Amino acid sequence: MDWNTVLLLLDSTIRTATPLLLACLAGLFSERAGIFDIGLEGKMLVSAFLAAGFAYVTGSVWLGLLAGIAGSLLLSAIHGAASITFRGNQLISGVAINFLASGLTVVVSQSWFGEGGRTPQLGDGGRFGEVVLPGAIRLSEMTIREQRELPLLTRFYSDVLSGHSILTYIALLAVPLSWWVLYRTRFGLRLRAVGENPAAVDTAGISVRRLRYSAVAIAGVLCAIAGAQLSTAEPAAGFIRDMTAGRGYIALAALIFAKWRPWPALGACMLFGFFQALETRPDIFVRLFDLRVPSALLSAMPYILTVIILAGFVGRAIPPRAGGEPYVKER
Amino acid sequence: MTKFTTLLGASAALALVAGAALAEPAIIFDLGGKFDKSFNESANAGATRWAEETGETFAEFELTAEAQREQAIRRFAEQGKSPIIMVGFMSATPLNEIAPDYPDTKFVIVDAVVDQPNVRSVVFNEHEGSYLVGMLAAMASQTGTVGFVGGMDIPLIRKFGCGYAQGVMAANPDATVIANFTGTTPAAWNDPAKGSELTLAQIGQGADVVYAAAGGTGVGVLQTAADENILSIGVDSNQNYLHPGQVLTSMVKHVDNAVYEAMKAGEAVETGTQVMGVANEGVGYALDDNNASLITPEMKAAVDEAAAKIASGEIEVHDYSADESCPAIQF
Repeated sequence: MDWNTVLLLLDSTIRTATPLLLACLAGLFSERAGIFDIGLEGKMLVSAFLAAGFAYVTGSVWLGLLAGIAGSLLLSAIHGAASITFRGNQLISGVAINFLASGLTVVVSQSWFGEGGRTPQLGDGGRFGEVVLPGAIRLSEMTIREQRELPLLTRFYSDVLSGHSILTYIALLAVPLSWWVLYRTRFGLRLRAVGENPAAVDTAGISVRRLRYSAVAIAGVLCAIAGAQLSTAEPAAGFIRDMTAGRGYIALAALIFAKWRPWPALGACMLFGFFQALETRPDIFVRLFDLRVPSALLSAMPYILTVIILAGFVGRAIPPRAGGEPYVKER
Repeated sequence: MTKFTTLLGASAALALVAGAALAEPAIIFDLGGKFDKSFNESANAGATRWAEETGETFAEFELTAEAQREQAIRRFAEQGKSPIIMVGFMSATPLNEIAPDYPDTKFVIVDAVVDQPNVRSVVFNEHEGSYLVGMLAAMASQTGTVGFVGGMDIPLIRKFGCGYAQGVMAANPDATVIANFTGTTPAAWNDPAKGSELTLAQIGQGADVVYAAAGGTGVGVLQTAADENILSIGVDSNQNYLHPGQVLTSMVKHVDNAVYEAMKAGEAVETGTQVMGVANEGVGYALDDNNASLITPEMKAAVDEAAAKIASGEIEVHDYSADESCPAIQF
């Protein structure tokens, strides 16, 4: 196995991990505040559709992203209303959001574009292009031989780190930002407290509802960026039905794997992204171990690892204590 | 839905006027939707062509959920529609149970065999068409490596891949064929992001022509191939127009002809199994203005010769689904 293959795999890992990471951080904020969110998938889907639809109609990918955020926030508001204001079951509300998104996107897209639940393919202005980091070399303009002669670090920087969409860099920056917000600000302390012991937060005179609503809203924005990445960031170019294909659930698995912490979330998403990247290269196993690994095994890896973690083999995963329980003030 | 109700109303009125003289044909589109740029859209084209030529009408229904399948077939049968055409192999099991209940109604199923006296089963020799595009791929490739991206890993799709690999080997025995499948669940039909990653991975291994037999996932494959300046091959419908000059050709299944013929025959439609292959122009490769510059006269001559030999039986393309094995490639 040569370095080129390794670099390609890592490049693909970062691209695949981006939507997972954003959705995982979304789940992190929501669940740390005590609101379980099965609806990550649905919010990503709605945002993917609106981002692609508006980017096509307006020709501006940023307006598309805004539309995606608006749609995702609306679903967050529904989830919030159901589970915070009306104290409903958070899991049921989340599942309902997934169904709603899966159906609505197809119906609306069919009535807008008449292409069977798809948006038209986006042209060059309608999607997030590749960002070339300062100092990076455009490898696509060089021959393979010239590329091989470059120092490894240069290739790593130019090939793996550079050349992703702006949304990927937003996702990577969101990790330290989330850590800072959760662990170094008053808002973050209260947010974590409200997921552990809302009664104590309430006694201190802080609104549990407002904190939980803001957590759910942050989750909405992050999910929206994840969805926009799927439909409008190169190499993607448009929406098709159910295109999230289970990424919201893998993000939830990553969240448990990371034990509800931001930096481990980055690690978990990169690991799961790496499995997905490996899935595209079954030849590597054949060359290295002379072994045919079924790709289904690799796609199941995130779930297998999560079960192992949950079973307590690698430390224990303890969810926020007040997670899933509506807060009743007068008890 | 309103369109459907109007159609029902109209057909009811017609039935009142005409008595039981002439039954109206009905068509049930599968889950991909009527405008999937592929399989169902092709069926719709055939039905529309019949309606325009004869000035008559047909009833139609688009499935949006698996649960509607049996209900939709029964409802059309109760209304006295005949023949009732359903596109997609998923309808085979319910049809096998329903057909004996309506012995006077004729059913047509595309892409599956249902052994009932009042059913016409239309099946396509996809392996023959894939063989032809495989030859074109091998002749167009400069690296000697070509790719295949399948949707869900099922025998039907392996049949495409196997025929393709045989065609590639026939044109260039030294060529390498890389085959990947998107997944093992139905989500694999609608995951363009994964399709993009698979295409990039195949490009990383040197592929410069990629054949997508993957439903909606193929959109991502064709897009990425166009972005990366390599050639792609579409499937089912003629998809050359999606990226003019960058789609080498498409493996066309003439579902439209099958539907058109069935509607034209009306209630007298012949039952039994109808095989659509290269010999009766049921499958083939697409050549139009969009890809004329990519297919040289030598390529065209070679493929047309192979097509003639397949039609005469001189070349026999191995059918993967016959014995679940492939001489040209190991999946």
